[in-house]
Amino acid sequence: MTNSIGELSDADVILLTGSNTSEQHPVIAGKILDAVRKGAKLLIFDPRIIHLTSFAHMHLRQKPGTDIVWINALMKVIIDEDLLDREFVNSRTEGFEELSRSLENYSLERAAEICGIEASDLREAARIFAMADKASIVYCMGITQHVFGTRNVLALANLALLTGNVGRLSTGVNPLRGQNNVQGACDVGALPNVLTGYQKVDDDVARGNFESAYGKKLPSKPGLTLIEIMNACLEGKIKFLYIMGENPMITEPDLKHVEEALSAVDFLVVQDIFLTETARLAHVVLPGSCWAEKDGTFTNTERRVQRIRKAIDPPGDARLDWQIICDIAKAFGSDYFEYSSAEEIFDEIAKLTPSYSGMSYQRLSTQGLQWPCPSVDHPGTVYLHETGFARGKGLFSVVEYDPESQKLEEHYPFVLMTGRVGFQYHSGTMSRRSRALAREVPEAYVEISPQDAARLGISDRDKVKVVSPNGELTVRAFVTERVRPGEIFIPFHFSEAPANILINSRELDPQSKITSMKFCPARIEKA
Amino acid sequence: MSDKNLDFSYTTVPTICPYCGTGCGMLLEVIGGKISGVLPMKGHPVSDGCLCLKGWTAHEFVSSPDRLARALVGKDGDFKEVGYTEAVALVADAMRETVENHGPDSCAFVASARCTNEENYLMSKLARFAVGTNNIDHCARL
Repeated sequence: MTNSIGELSDADVILLTGSNTSEQHPVIAGKILDAVRKGAKLLIFDPRIIHLTSFAHMHLRQKPGTDIVWINALMKVIIDEDLLDREFVNSRTEGFEELSRSLENYSLERAAEICGIEASDLREAARIFAMADKASIVYCMGITQHVFGTRNVLALANLALLTGNVGRLSTGVNPLRGQNNVQGACDVGALPNVLTGYQKVDDDVARGNFESAYGKKLPSKPGLTLIEIMNACLEGKIKFLYIMGENPMITEPDLKHVEEALSAVDFLVVQDIFLTETARLAHVVLPGSCWAEKDGTFTNTERRVQRIRKAIDPPGDARLDWQIICDIAKAFGSDYFEYSSAEEIFDEIAKLTPSYSGMSYQRLSTQGLQWPCPSVDHPGTVYLHETGFARGKGLFSVVEYDPESQKLEEHYPFVLMTGRVGFQYHSGTMSRRSRALAREVPEAYVEISPQDAARLGISDRDKVKVVSPNGELTVRAFVTERVRPGEIFIPFHFSEAPANILINSRELDPQSKITSMKFCPARIEKA
Repeated sequence: MSDKNLDFSYTTVPTICPYCGTGCGMLLEVIGGKISGVLPMKGHPVSDGCLCLKGWTAHEFVSSPDRLARALVGKDGDFKEVGYTEAVALVADAMRETVENHGPDSCAFVASARCTNEENYLMSKLARFAVGTNNIDHCARL
């Protein structure tokens, strides 16, 4: 997030898209509702009806896969009606001329036809967004999990720049991160192309700092992403794979492919707290520990680095995950893995990471600190880009819609979207072992519209077969107006009906390497 | 009936919810050395005394009987328990053999959005520094 969670409650307008916030980030949904209570206008762009749509000033239901179209349409109206923040555009951005030119012949009526939102609604939403003093954009994986996910995000960034909604309180472009520490894992370099603090591995100066700290040359060629690792396993290029605390056998797209890949490696190590679907394929399973058993830090979606603390010991032979890594490194013959506490490791991270360098366990205490926090007397950063961007000026990117991206295949007339439910979490290894949670939503289902259900002779709770070009699964039908005719939705948490078996992993976003989980061609048959 | 030999010592440990990226503050309740529940942390900058249902029940999976308590060695879906040190040696040997025979880039590492910054950092250090490959990622895109 460019801004902070608490700021949401003071926004005048919140544009929410591709996030079922009440289910996935309930406490953040609370801040959005605070804002609505104080008079803020909530604009929701989402194909489905979600809890928050009943509190929205407007619910605009785009056809899946057409986000670039409606975002560009809003900008077209804003430029045509001169509702842009000229001062901000002039002083803080570049590339406006190109953007403006790219929209010159843009037809709102044509856009409406493609994205399925009335032109008059697009116009009204654009005016509301542009005329707000403080407008905040909030998005989640409905925006990113497309083969054009990066372009979707760039389009949203354009909208924020155009209206000067960056670098001030209660504005910004705010992705909600799904996992407790997905932000932190990225921050500390668990990515193939960057070291800690997003310092690029192929930047000689940045890598040099690590090389002098470690006393050894480091590889400069970016590595493989998770989906690429799976492909490389199948091609025989990866022979040793070490997975810590992840369950790709449920969460990755194209599960058949994942299983083949994991079975193909010579040696698979899985370190986890449960014998997950992934661990069952391992040659060695190492018993790790859960969050209640360890000291350390998580970084949340608003960049707040926070302390977790040990409350109890892990069971039996289970060890702290950082100790297991150190033990393996030492048995491998590597130096520099002698640590007596998590704090010592954190201090090393802080030393090597400019955005964390002012942090210490002492300072994090119970409130945490938001990065960038470059020095020990720096209070942390509530919102980014107050005076400038990393590259100097904010750059508009011309983002164009590709009609190919919305094409369905023959025999697969439905658009399948996968997602989550509020009572479950990711692959369910934790949440399905909680009695209270398992009781609420115990099994998978497919949401289908009453019209489609009637046409196909399907009644609520009937077992149906969902087929995609990639695979098939059997689930119960949930006949509901939450989805429109032609669209279906399946939550992916459930190992006995894993939605990811339907998703392909061949077509990826060229930059983010993400696959399309919000636009999968499918058909439904009676089981 | 006497509680004389029972341990009712009670503490709360300030920590952060393990579920989503919101990062709500919580207090783990520990009675007699066992986790008994969760309390929301008032005054926390993000959640200020709020938790969702997942947060309120976050302690429930901790003491699940399914928790892994021993290292396992697997063969064709069958697993047998081994000592921790033996398991670590097996992993280190396999890693060394792979690097020697096929080079560092034939190894890959998957870190975790569920683990701490410290652990993810060390996984990256293991891949890049110890083994010498940038093949490290986690489920950031999922």
